[in-house]
Amino acid sequence: MKSISRVTRKFIYALLFLAPTSVFSEASDYNMPVGVTEVSKEIFDLHMLIMWICVWIGVVVFGIMFYSLFKYRKSAGAKASKIDDHFWLEITWTVAATLILVGMAIPSTTVMINAYDDREGDINIMVTGYQWKWQYKYLEDDISFFSNLATSQEQIDNDIPKGEFYLSEVDEPLVIPINKRIRFLITGNDVIHSWWVPDFAVKQDAVPGFINTAWTNVPKPGIYRGACTELCGIKHAFMPVVVRAVEQEEYDAWVVEKIALAEAEKLLNEKVWTKAELVERGEGVYLKNCVACHQTNGQGLPPVFPALVGSEIVMRDKTRNIEILMEGVRGAAMQSFANQLSEVDMASVITYTRQSWSNGKNGDGEIIIPQEIVDYKNKVDL
Amino acid sequence: MFFWFSQVIKENNEGLNNNMLNNSYYYGMAWFIFSEVMFFFAFFLALGYIRMFAVPWLGGEGEKGIANMLWPGFEAHWPLMITPDQAAFPGPAEEMSLGTAYSHGGLAGVLGWIPLYNTVLLLTSSVTVHIAHIGLKNGNRKQFNLWLAITLVLGYAFVALQAYEYYEAYTHMGLTLKTGVYGTTFFMLTGFHGFHVCLGAIILTVMLIRGLKGHFSHDDQFGFEAGSWYWHFVDVVWICLVDFVYVM
Amino acid sequence: MSTIVETHDDHGHHGPAKGLTRWLYTTNHKDIGTLYLWFSFLMLFIGGAMAMVIRAELFEPGLQIVQPEFFNQMTTNHGLIMVFGVIMPAFVGLANWMIPMQIGAPDMALPRLNNLSFWLLPMAFGILISTLFMPAGGPNFGWTFYAPLSTTYAPDTVTFFIFSVHVMGASSILGSINIITTILNMRAPGMTLMKMPLFVWSWLITAYLLIAVMPVLAGTVTMMLMDIHFGTSFFDAAGGGDPVLFQHIFWFFGHPEVYIMILPAFGIVSHIIETFSRKPIFGYSSMVYALTSIAVLSFVVWAHHMFTVGMPLAGELFFMYSTMLIAIPTGVKVFNWVATMFRGSISFETPMLFAIAFVSLFTIGGFSGLMLAIVPADFQYHDTYFVVAHFHYVLVPGSLFGIIAGVYYWLPKWTGNMYDETLGKLHFWLSFFSVNLTFFPMHFVGLAGMPRRYPDYALQFADFNAIVSVGAFIFGFTQLLLLFIVIKSIRTGKKASDEVWEDTKDWGLEWTLDSPPPYHSFTVQPEVK
Ligand code: HEA
Ligand code: HEA
Ligand code: HEC
Ligand code: CUA
Ligand SMILES: [Cu+2]
Repeated sequence: MKSISRVTRKFIYALLFLAPTSVFSEASDYNMPVGVTEVSKEIFDLHMLIMWICVWIGVVVFGIMFYSLFKYRKSAGAKASKIDDHFWLEITWTVAATLILVGMAIPSTTVMINAYDDREGDINIMVTGYQWKWQYKYLEDDISFFSNLATSQEQIDNDIPKGEFYLSEVDEPLVIPINKRIRFLITGNDVIHSWWVPDFAVKQDAVPGFINTAWTNVPKPGIYRGACTELCGIKHAFMPVVVRAVEQEEYDAWVVEKIALAEAEKLLNEKVWTKAELVERGEGVYLKNCVACHQTNGQGLPPVFPALVGSEIVMRDKTRNIEILMEGVRGAAMQSFANQLSEVDMASVITYTRQSWSNGKNGDGEIIIPQEIVDYKNKVDL
Repeated sequence: MFFWFSQVIKENNEGLNNNMLNNSYYYGMAWFIFSEVMFFFAFFLALGYIRMFAVPWLGGEGEKGIANMLWPGFEAHWPLMITPDQAAFPGPAEEMSLGTAYSHGGLAGVLGWIPLYNTVLLLTSSVTVHIAHIGLKNGNRKQFNLWLAITLVLGYAFVALQAYEYYEAYTHMGLTLKTGVYGTTFFMLTGFHGFHVCLGAIILTVMLIRGLKGHFSHDDQFGFEAGSWYWHFVDVVWICLVDFVYVM
Repeated sequence: MSTIVETHDDHGHHGPAKGLTRWLYTTNHKDIGTLYLWFSFLMLFIGGAMAMVIRAELFEPGLQIVQPEFFNQMTTNHGLIMVFGVIMPAFVGLANWMIPMQIGAPDMALPRLNNLSFWLLPMAFGILISTLFMPAGGPNFGWTFYAPLSTTYAPDTVTFFIFSVHVMGASSILGSINIITTILNMRAPGMTLMKMPLFVWSWLITAYLLIAVMPVLAGTVTMMLMDIHFGTSFFDAAGGGDPVLFQHIFWFFGHPEVYIMILPAFGIVSHIIETFSRKPIFGYSSMVYALTSIAVLSFVVWAHHMFTVGMPLAGELFFMYSTMLIAIPTGVKVFNWVATMFRGSISFETPMLFAIAFVSLFTIGGFSGLMLAIVPADFQYHDTYFVVAHFHYVLVPGSLFGIIAGVYYWLPKWTGNMYDETLGKLHFWLSFFSVNLTFFPMHFVGLAGMPRRYPDYALQFADFNAIVSVGAFIFGFTQLLLLFIVIKSIRTGKKASDEVWEDTKDWGLEWTLDSPPPYHSFTVQPEVK
C-alpha cells in the first residue's frame, strides 16, 4: 500500500502545478511531458499558455461571482436591483472573448503547421498496429520485426511484484538514430490502433487500409515510452510503444546486426529439424505470439477465442492448420502470421500446438518442417 | 400502431379533434419529414465522403494518397469497378450510370435507361397528387379519388421498375451489395428510397380507401395532406438520388 | 406497443386511472414525466454501479476484480447508459412536466405519441442490458463504437445493440417531435417566442438538434448492420470504404448530442439563478441568441473528436477554429449568469447551491474543452484521462447537477411537499466535494499520459487513480442520499405553498398553479401580457 502522506503531498504539488513549470522535471507525474523534440516543446508551451489564459479568465469570472454571492447575499440584507440588460456591457464581453480566442488561435496555428509536415524523412518506418502488438518495417533497409509486451502475465495478475516498467516494456523496441528526420507511416492491420510517444508529441491513428504520417527528430539518446491510445479490443492496454534513440554509429551497427540475423534465420530452413527441437522452439514462439488469445494452456477464451486443445484442425487437419496460420481468418481476430513469423518459427509453432497438451496423444501427432511452409508460400505465389 | 391510428381516425370522424390538435398533427408531420431528410442526409454524406476522399486517397490521389502503398495497382475511378481488394470484394461487372448508358448505346442507350422512366413516373405522380389535393380543396370528390388513384398507379409502377432494375443488377450485371462501395452506396440509397416510396404508397392507398368511404372535407384533410407531403418528399429525395447516384 | 386504445383523456376532466394501467397507458404529461424521471434515476444507479466496477478495478495497478473483456463492456455500457439512459430521459422527463406548465397548456400536444416514446425506452435498455448476460458478452467497443472494432471484430450481440440504438433513436425522435410541436403550437395567448421561459427555449433548440441528428445515428448503425450481415463495405477499405467515414458520421451526430445533454441544463439553471437572486435573468435575448448559435455551430465542429485520425491540414485547422468559436456564446451565458447574481439578493437553498456549482464546474469543464480544441495540444490530450476529466466535468457537475438542481427546484411543486433542506444541503456538500475529488485528479493522470479505456496501467499513475476511486465511491454513495430525500419528501415532506419559493409568481406560469398541480395543468389557457 502507498503511504497516505505521499499521496496527499503529490496531490498538493499537482494543484500547485500552476507554479512556474521549469521547476518540474521533464517526466512529470501530473503535467504534460515537455518531451525532447522541438515540436513537443512547442506543444508543451502552447498547452501551458492556453491553460494559463483559462485560469486567468476563471479567476476573473469566479472572482466576480463569489464576490457577488458574498456581497449581495440576502442574509446581509441585500436588495435586488431590477436591471436585466446592458447593451454595451454585453458587447464588450463578447468582443473581449473573441479577441482572446484570436490570441489563442494564432500560436496554435503556427505550432500546428510546424507539427504537420508531410515531407519524406531521412529514414522512413512503416508502423503497423496488430491486435495487440506493433510491427516496425524499415522501408530503406530490409528490416521488419514485431514488438510485443514484455511484462509477464504473473505481474499483471498480481502473483509477483511489478517491475519498474510495468506495462511499458517490450521485447524489441523500435530503434532510431538521433538527429535524423524520421518519418512514420502508420497503419493498422485489423482494427484502429493509435501510436503514441508523448516525448515526441506524436500520436496518430493506425487506420486499416489507410496510411497516416507523422515525423520526429530526436536530439537526445534515450528510451522513450508510449502506448496504444485507441480502443482496439481486449488487450488495448497491453501493447505499449517503446522507442530507443541511439547515436548514429550505434544505429548503423544495429542495422548490420539485424540484417545478419535475418540471413541466419533463412539458413535455418535448410537444417534438418527433429521433433523435439521444433517443439522447443515452438513453445517460445507460442508464448510470444499466441497466448494473448489462445492462452498458455491452449484453452483459449471461448466463445471468442477457440481452444486449440482438442481442436479438430490442430489434431488432424494439417493442411488447414497451415492455411489458417498463413492466411488468418477474415473478420476474426485470428490474423495471418505469414509475415510475422519466419518459416522456421511458423513450422515450429504449428508443431508445438500439435504436440502439446493432450493434442500429441489424441491427434495424429504429425510435425511440420520449415520446408513445408516454404512450399506453401511458393504455391500461393503462383 | 394500427389500433392507435384507427382510433385517431375514428375520433376524428366523430369531430372530437379541435383545431389546435389538428395543428399539432401538421407540426408533427413536418418535423417527422425533417427527421427523414436527415436520415437520407447521412447516406448522402457517406456517398460524398467516399467519392471525394476515401476512393481517391486509396487510389493515390490527394493529400492522403500515400494510402495507395497498401493497395498497389489500385486506381481511383467512379463508379468503382475494381475494388482495392478484388479477392474480398470483387467489383461489379457493370454499373448503372447515365454516362455508361450513353456511351454504350448512344441515344438508344439513354432511352433504355430505367431511371429515366422512374424519374418521369415519380415526377408525374407528384403533379397528380397535387391535382388530387386541389380537387379535395374544392370539394370535388371525384377529382380527388381519380387523381389519387392515378398517383398510386404511377407509384406502384415505379416500385415495379425499381424491382426490375435490382433483378437485372443481381442476375445480369454482377452488381450486388457485396461488390464494393459502389454497389454498397447504390443499393443502400436507392433501396431506402424505394422503401420510402412503398411506405408513401401505402399511406396514400389508405387515404384512397378513406376517400372512397367519404372521409375528409375541404378543411379537414390532415391525413391526406400528410401523405401527400410525404410523397413530395420522396420525390425530392429521388431527384437528389438521380443526380448523385446515377448521373454524376 | 399497439395497445394504446384507452381514450379516457379525451373526455372531459377527471383524475388519473388507478393501479398499474394508469402508468402503462397514461397519456398525461405529468405521469409520463414522472415515468421518465424514475426511469432515468434507475438507470443512474445501474450506470453508476458500472462506474463503480470501473473504479474498483482501477484502484490499483494490476488486474484484480474483472478481466479486460468485462472491463470494456462496463466502460461501453456505462457510457451508453449514462448518455442515453440517464441524462437524456431525465431532460425529457423535466420537459414533460414543465413545458406544458410553463407555457400554459393543458398537456403535451400529442399525448399518445408521448406514451409510446416513453415505453420504447425500457424496451431499448432491456435489450441492451440483456446482452451483458449473453454468452458472447455485451458491446465492448466503447460508447463511440468505432468500426471495424464494432463491425468485423464485434461480438455477435452487436446486432442487438444496433437494434437497441434504433429503438432509443425512435423514442428520442418521437419525444422531440412532441416537444417541439407543443412549444410551437400550444403556448398561451400572448406568449410570444421571445417571452418564453428559457427552459422552454433551451428545449425548443434541443428538440430541433435531436430531430436533426438522431436519424443520422440511425443511419450510422444501419450502415454497420449492413457491413456486418450483408457484405457491404462502407467502413472497409478493401471495398473502397473507410473506417474513418464511420467516425465522421458518428460525430456528426455525436457532437450535437453533447449539446443536447447540456442545453436543457442551461435553461434550468437560468430559472434557478433568477429565482434565488430575486432578479430577472440578465440579457434574456442574448441568452436566446447564445442557445441558437451554440446549436448552429454544433453542426460544424464534429471532427474535433478526430484530430488524430489523419485529416488534411486544412480540415484540422477549420475544425479547431469552429470549435473555439463555441466558447463565445457559452461565455455569454456564463457572463449573464454571473451578471444576474451581481446586485441581486441571493439566498442559498439547495437548488441554488447546485446551480452555483453548475456554473463554476461546468466552466472548468468548458475550459478543458477549449484546451482540447487546440489541435496540436490535442495530439497529447486525445484519448487520455484528460478527455475523461473534461467530459465528466461538463456531464456530471454539468448536466447531472443541472438535473438535480431542477429536481430540488420543482419537486415541491410536483409533489406538494417540501424536501428536507438540511439533508439537501448535506447532499450538496458531499456531492460537491466528492465530484471534484473524483474528476479533478483525472486531469493530472491524463496529462501525465494515462490513456482511457485501460483496465490496467503503469505504476506512475497509481496514486491519482487511488484518489479518483475513493472520490468515486463517496460520490456514488452520496447519490443514495438523493434517493432517500426524494422518497422522504414524497411521503412525509412538509406541505409546500403554491409559490414554493419567495415571489416566484414573477418567474413563470408554473408557480401560479396549485402544489401539486391539477391533473390537467391549464384547462383554461392563461393570458400572458
Ligand atoms: C455536456 C457535454 C459537453 C459539453 C457542453 C462540451 C463542451 C465542449 N467540448 Fe467536449 N466532450 C464531451 C462532452 C461535452 N463537451 C464528451 C462526452 C467528449 C468525449 C467523447 C468521447 O470521446 O467519448 C468530449 C470531447 C471533446 C473533445 C475531443 C477530445 C478528444 O477526444 O481528443 C473536444 C475537442 O475539441 C471537446 C471540446 C469542447 C469544447 C470546446 C466545448 C465548449 O462548448 C465549451 C465552452 C465553454 C467554455 C469555454 C467555458 C465558459 C466560457 C467562458 C467563461 C468565456 C470565456 C472563455 C474564453 C474566451 C476561453 N470536447
Ligand atoms: C452523463 C454521463 C456520465 C455520468 C453521470 C458519469 C458518471 C461517472 N463516470 Fe463516466 N463516462 C461517461 C459518462 C458519464 N459518466 C462516458 C460517456 C464515458 C466514456 C465511455 C467510453 O469510453 O466509451 C465515461 C467513462 C468513464 C470512465 C473511463 C473509463 C475508461 O476509459 O476506461 C470512468 C473512470 O473512472 C468513469 C467514471 C465515472 C464515475 C465514477 C461516475 C460517477 O459520477 C457515477 C456516480 C453514480 C453512482 C455511483 C450511482 C449511484 C449510486 C449507487 C448505485 C450506490 C451504490 C454504488 C456503490 C457500489 C458505491 N466514467
Ligand atoms: C489476436 C488473437 C489471436 C492470436 C494472437 C492468435 N489467434 Fe488463433 N485464433 C483466434 C481466433 C479469434 C480464432 C477463431 C477464428 C474463427 O472464427 O474461426 C483462432 C483460431 C485458430 C485456430 C483454429 C482453431 C479451430 O479449431 O478452429 C488455430 C489452429 C489457431 N488459431 C492457432 C493460432 C496460433 C498457432 C497462433 C500463434 C502463432 C494464434 N492462433 C494466434 C485468435 C488469435
Ligand atoms: Cu491497439 Cu489499443
Ligand atoms: Cu464535441
